[in-house]
Amino acid sequence: MSALRRIGAILTKEFIQMRRDRLTSAIMVVMPIMQLILFGFAINSDPRHLPTLLYLEDRSAIVRSLTAGLQNSSYFDIQGEVQSAEAGTKALQSGEAAFVITVPAGFTREMLRGDRPQLLIEADASDPSAASNAVGMIQQITQSALKQDLKGEWASLAQAPPPVDIVIHRMYNPEGISQYNIVPGLLGVILTMTMVMITSIAMTRETERGNMENLLAMPARPWEVMAGKIVPYIGVGIVQTAIVLLASTFVFGVPFLGSVWLLSLGVGLFIIANLAVGFTFSTVARSQMQAMQMTFFFFLPSIMLSGFMFPFRGMPAWAQGIGQIFPLTHFLRVVRGVMLKGSDFAAMWPNIWPMLIFIAVATTVAMARYRSTLD
Amino acid sequence: MSDTECAPKDLAIDVRGLTKSFGKLKVVNSVDIRMPRGQVWGFLGPNGSGKTTTIRMLCGLLKPDAGEGTCLGFDILKESREIKNQVGYMTQKFSYWEDLSIRENLEFVANLYDLKKKKQVVDKTLETLGLSSRQKQLAGTLSGGWKQRLALAACTLHNPKMLMLDEPTAGVDPQARRDFWDQIHRLSSEGMTVLVSTHYMDEAERCDQIAYIAYGNLMAQGRVEDIIDQSGLYTFIAEGVGVRELMERLRGQPGADHVAYFGNALHVSGGDLDALKRLVAAHQAAGIKWRQERPNLEDVFIHLMGQSKDNSVAV
Repeated sequence: MSALRRIGAILTKEFIQMRRDRLTSAIMVVMPIMQLILFGFAINSDPRHLPTLLYLEDRSAIVRSLTAGLQNSSYFDIQGEVQSAEAGTKALQSGEAAFVITVPAGFTREMLRGDRPQLLIEADASDPSAASNAVGMIQQITQSALKQDLKGEWASLAQAPPPVDIVIHRMYNPEGISQYNIVPGLLGVILTMTMVMITSIAMTRETERGNMENLLAMPARPWEVMAGKIVPYIGVGIVQTAIVLLASTFVFGVPFLGSVWLLSLGVGLFIIANLAVGFTFSTVARSQMQAMQMTFFFFLPSIMLSGFMFPFRGMPAWAQGIGQIFPLTHFLRVVRGVMLKGSDFAAMWPNIWPMLIFIAVATTVAMARYRSTLD
Repeated sequence: MSDTECAPKDLAIDVRGLTKSFGKLKVVNSVDIRMPRGQVWGFLGPNGSGKTTTIRMLCGLLKPDAGEGTCLGFDILKESREIKNQVGYMTQKFSYWEDLSIRENLEFVANLYDLKKKKQVVDKTLETLGLSSRQKQLAGTLSGGWKQRLALAACTLHNPKMLMLDEPTAGVDPQARRDFWDQIHRLSSEGMTVLVSTHYMDEAERCDQIAYIAYGNLMAQGRVEDIIDQSGLYTFIAEGVGVRELMERLRGQPGADHVAYFGNALHVSGGDLDALKRLVAAHQAAGIKWRQERPNLEDVFIHLMGQSKDNSVAV
């Protein structure tokens, strides 16, 4: 019985300590709620309403009902037209559009003649799972859309074989190899994890061990401490990047089409953004344990809502909105864009400026929270 | 007091009305200190009396809620950077990097202060403090006394004009404590002003002046002799068989403000000499020898502590 009493004593002590550590208690409650929301509402492996652009060289009534059919299918969200094939390619490259559908000149005439004209669907297949369902549905969607118009004398065309020859170009990843999408994305995940965790813990350690009081008593300015503590971890981030990129190229055979310099810029910004987050956490956390918990609190929604694990466009608007805040979301687009699509700076700019804003905000918060006194 | 006659430029510390609260707790309550340059001052007071907070405010680590003044001629509110450059502050808890060696710690500090001839300065400091043979040892593996020695080496490396040492000898063995104080006197003879907080009376007696702070209030300030004289306290000492039992009987009796057992003698102190004499007369017994003595510093401090408690209750 005395063993039970001793266990009881330790148990009571644990509960008291748990109650004192407000942050841990809060995280223990908030974490499951966050996961329920993320997995329950935000995640959707059957993305719909994918942004689609049309390149129309034929504007007949039949083409109109075809595009209306695509829109009504809920898989495609037709956002407008492009005036040239190049503009369509650009839109795919920058990620502005997931599909570009080209209706060639003479489409209607050829179809009514029974010549089975081609309907060209270019799909951004850099994330194979994001595009696959829509691609799989397209045959059925066009057929049922055309059935409305092919009546009377044209009714025979609506029978097999299909009246239209659908040509699908799975751009950037024609074989649908998921590693092409995951391995570059992994770079972002690894950097988020280590950069945020290492900085927040390294800074909190100084406070926990009392070194901070000493550092503050010596003539070092806050930004000097910040810079001095962060620079080594930029080096760590660069080493990690090199390892992932080498493995990506030589082990997984992921193509690298774009500019190394553009990717370096993206990696650099991304590392700084995460270090700033880590530094901010370290100004809030009172122990290394808390710093660790805050890291996971940032890390979990980052990988869930960024489009790393699940297609970004599959998420509801509110989740996409939150996802846009995380630097990982933008970094994934840059790294996938540069490596798989060979995107240039102009195409990547829409994802670079959000990272710059994130850095500015996170750094400001970190500097404001960092105290040069012990107050 | 003699120090008030000093010209302001001769004062290392000149602060008025220094006040700091944490939440609702007033930790330091309107403290005035005027400390001349070149002296060694002891800062005494019970645990939690505000010594550390006062030192932190003086060297710019904490912003006072109220009060003003200078440290080494620099405004403690506006010029904390200059103060940090010329003050060596040794924290109560060892705060150097345990996973760095002695030498690496000193080199780090030398770089942070941007010292010239870093190698020579570090070598010389290691030599002076007897750390040369252990310079490659990790700070975390040092014993308490050696850690304090390293901390002293590090905070004097930049040759500060003033040293603020927060209980530097807490938990250190007597020999190491003595060595440490020899170093303090050496530094003082080189012209450094030293403010050191301590709980040890023998250390307090090695100071030129002491300041006694209790519950945030500065209770007494001056030379040890003066503080004893000004206390208005009388002490009788009883020695012999059975004095220990006497202690309980004397406690709370009229005339005996404080009864304490030091060594193997009973110290009975009070502010009223006649009442004290009557009490002693009433407790004469075979085998117990009574004598009147000049109160020592500890008697006075226990007396001051009692007073300050009364004050804090009254407030």
